Amino acid sequence: MTAPTGTAIELSGVSRSFGAVRALSDVNLLIAEGQCLGLVGHNGAGKSTLMHVLAGTLRPDQGRIAVGGEQHDRISVHLAQKLGLRCVFQELSLCPNLTVAENTRILHPSIKGLGWRQKAGKLISAMLDRIFPGHDIASDTVVSDLSIGRRQMVEIARAFTVSEGVLRLVILDEPTSSLDATTARQLLEFVREEVRTGVSCILISHMLGEILDYSDQISVMKNGQLVAFGPVAQFTRERLVDLMSGGEHPDRAARERSIRSLADAPVAVRAQEGGQGLPFVARKGEVIGLAGLSGHGQTEFLVRVFEAARARRADVTVAGDVSFVAGDRQADGIFPLWSIANNVAVGSLPALRNGLLLSGSKERELSSRWGRIMGIKAPSLDDEILSLSGGNQQKALFARALSTSSAVVLMDDPMRGVDIGTKLEVYDIIAEQAAGGRTFLWYTTEFEELEYCDRVYVFQNGRIVGELQGQDITEAGVIGSSFKDKDAA
Amino acid sequence: MTDQTLSASRLNIRNLPVWLWSFLGALLVWVLSFTIAGQGAEGMLVAALSFSVFTVMVGLGQMFVITLGPGNVDLSIPATIGLASAVAMKVMDGQNGLILWGLLAALVCGILIGGFNYLLIRLLRIPPIVATLSSSFIIQSVGISYGRGLQIKPPAALSDFTFSRFLGVPVLAIATIALSIVASVVLHRTIYGRTVLATGQNMRAARFAGLSVERTRLLTYVLSGALAALCGALLAGFSGGSSLSMGREYLLSSIAVVVLGGTSVAGGRANVPGLWGGALFLFMISTLLNTAGFGSGLRDVFTGVIIVAAIAITGTRQPLR
Repeated sequence: MTAPTGTAIELSGVSRSFGAVRALSDVNLLIAEGQCLGLVGHNGAGKSTLMHVLAGTLRPDQGRIAVGGEQHDRISVHLAQKLGLRCVFQELSLCPNLTVAENTRILHPSIKGLGWRQKAGKLISAMLDRIFPGHDIASDTVVSDLSIGRRQMVEIARAFTVSEGVLRLVILDEPTSSLDATTARQLLEFVREEVRTGVSCILISHMLGEILDYSDQISVMKNGQLVAFGPVAQFTRERLVDLMSGGEHPDRAARERSIRSLADAPVAVRAQEGGQGLPFVARKGEVIGLAGLSGHGQTEFLVRVFEAARARRADVTVAGDVSFVAGDRQADGIFPLWSIANNVAVGSLPALRNGLLLSGSKERELSSRWGRIMGIKAPSLDDEILSLSGGNQQKALFARALSTSSAVVLMDDPMRGVDIGTKLEVYDIIAEQAAGGRTFLWYTTEFEELEYCDRVYVFQNGRIVGELQGQDITEAGVIGSSFKDKDAA
Repeated sequence: MTDQTLSASRLNIRNLPVWLWSFLGALLVWVLSFTIAGQGAEGMLVAALSFSVFTVMVGLGQMFVITLGPGNVDLSIPATIGLASAVAMKVMDGQNGLILWGLLAALVCGILIGGFNYLLIRLLRIPPIVATLSSSFIIQSVGISYGRGLQIKPPAALSDFTFSRFLGVPVLAIATIALSIVASVVLHRTIYGRTVLATGQNMRAARFAGLSVERTRLLTYVLSGALAALCGALLAGFSGGSSLSMGREYLLSSIAVVVLGGTSVAGGRANVPGLWGGALFLFMISTLLNTAGFGSGLRDVFTGVIIVAAIAITGTRQPLR
């Protein structure tokens, strides 16, 4: 039944958009039988979207997928199961309230009847023994009792278990991100072994060393497109970094804002890491970028600073008040039942009192002043906040944070889904405010925004692994620091 | 003021202020009562006001709690009413001179219960519904051992006060209307009130906006306990003595008036006038059913159905999040 081409999966012209964002555009990808394909790219390059398309959890807008010579317009989760496509997602997908064996059974409907727990347990234990010899995971352990690393081991082992049908392709999305060096090596060695039996594998990793050492082919993605594809011998670490960043090394001198010397300014935020991370210092009037791959502890760091300003903490000291600009508007920012004016003013309530009571006129005055400064486009600030576009909602959140008297403003990737016009306006306001003595801590996943920062700290696994300043703030510089392999760190 | 701004942009008849419906309902049942069932119109209105006072008092506390957001509800109100009324009667000991001390003791008792509820919720991370339910069992047990065989008559002055009228209107109703106005101002014009409304909409966002979410939750449970205790002490004066089961009907009705009054069960939107509409409506319908010869069991069934219907109708108006 397998086509004699030796091709396990072939994607042709696959595209997928989320609103105005083209996450994948016209991707053609060929995965040979019995090979391991290494897939690299920066955050938002489209890797995960591509994998979701293969696993059946996302439907492509266009394009065709051929599995074992059979053409499919789209793959459903069910079909992916039948075709033997397995995926270990970055966000772990085990049910925490079930045991290891029960989680295994979910993937294997054929295991049924009395004693199914034992059968499933035997299946998963055997696979764990094969991949991670010497592991200490019992199949009747409830998943929530396992450490994150052990959960990942179970998740990986589960993907390789077979009860009926064939195993054609296993996608490993950042499989080693919570594994220590030894288990990571065990896994990668196992992948090589498994590939020899004819199974194909896609390995997504930010550890470029792993990719170069354990893949047969490498694909590089950038902005939803495949920018390079070829046998592993064609690539080096430097070439990969270059390809991911598009070889762009923008001319720093062209930047309008001159590099300011603030080394003598008083310290606004100081954080000392317990582990081996670098210390963090932000001075009054500085714009500090928090860079690195997304989800490497930048948001948690901002939350820690936020809490430190309200209740004393030993490891973080903050001089003055802080305010917070949420990036995830719906979850962390917007009060959906309120008007724009209420949403803006809620950050400055203590200043809006006349005696004990809040003054309506002070509230109106404050919100209309900041609505004007931020350029919120709305017929009236008494309109509901949800009547605004996403970008204007974000401006309202900026207005909320900037209208306070806070000395430090924390920004949690605040430009997600904001159009370029709005962005440029807000960048100017940030620069203006910083010149006025405000300190900004700015987590961003977009390189262009780091251009607006005086200094940049690069995060990896919750620690600060690099500090860049002035001319060194380049895409390549940031990628270089955040792709440090574990062995090197 | 905020009620107007909330509804200003809506012209649709479905989008009349929610609290209006409870008043319309109350009006309809009232008219039915004296036209068909032959009740005295004025007498019924005065009775409705006198009894609604107590429902509104606990309803105010419950409204603030429910507005804190999904899962927040105070189920310990009946037990608090029972215990606080017993404490008040014991401290007052039937003497007019001790009325203020008795009220004070009842308030302290309610405040402690509210604080205890919050501790259970915060420190032990128990969902509010379970925390307040279990604390109400504890309160009840304390009440039983404390108030066993308690047969103290309320001081005459307290009873007289609960029955007194000004221009034909119960004085207690006037006082409770004043209390409602204060509550409305607190809700919309103080940082505390704004924090309650913000927390109910989005607790994480409220924290990130710099609001004192936890202090506000504590204050809210304390407020609910204090109002329930005040209600208990006054109710004991009104009904000629305390009893531990005195608060039982307020479990359902405190939640019912909040919901009927247009406060969002999902949190973040509260309505004070609606409490009065809801309370009057509940009393009227119960009287109507009573005169029509329905037993108390059936009346409860009816009340339950009305609450479910009110939630179902208002539920569809909530914006999706």
